[in-house]
Amino acid sequence: MANTIFLIAAAIMLLAMIIAFFRIIRGPELGDRIVALDAMTIMALSAVAFLAHHLGRAIYLDVALVYGLISFLGVVAVARHMERGL
Amino acid sequence: MEVLAIIGSFVSLIGAFFLLLAAIGIIRMPDTYNRMQTGTKATTLGSMLFFVGIGLAHPSWWTKLLILTVFIFLTNPLSSHVLARALHFIGKSPLVEPYSGPSVRDDLAFDEAQALLAAEGSRQMERGEAE
Repeated sequence: MANTIFLIAAAIMLLAMIIAFFRIIRGPELGDRIVALDAMTIMALSAVAFLAHHLGRAIYLDVALVYGLISFLGVVAVARHMERGL
Repeated sequence: MEVLAIIGSFVSLIGAFFLLLAAIGIIRMPDTYNRMQTGTKATTLGSMLFFVGIGLAHPSWWTKLLILTVFIFLTNPLSSHVLARALHFIGKSPLVEPYSGPSVRDDLAFDEAQALLAAEGSRQMERGEAE
């Protein structure tokens, strides 16, 4: 029962990632794209945590942590680039 | 243990629902600032609820999940602020055409103008004293 509800939650999260990806394709400017990419990486972080639960391996949470660190640095780098050309 | 897993799965479902709301906000909101607002606030709450749900399902993983949750809680508002700051300094207008009007408010631009005026006033006063 719990696993089924976790799978439904993961499906909703996948739908959210697909919807956010439409904004990356359609976004008129770089700002919209990077906003959508930021939201999408947070969703991907949750997806990695779901994989850790589904496969029963705690080591995947470290992957999620490193991925979150790198995505945060990427967003900050692109924002600096927008601001005055990094 | 089974009851705890079921409670955790429902908490994760609520978190996934918040992530879906964030995605709908990103696709529906009229301009970049509003998209930034929905895209970072709602994903913070959604992912934190998701991690709490997984922590309820696997109580022995709580240290790593706590680190992840605190990390999201600290860095997500930071990246949102950096994005808003960059958008403001490249001169992005706050709202698109049909929504703009007297309700538009830009406190940062107001503060900058005020600081400029104050600097100008003190310079003039110095000049007056010199004469």
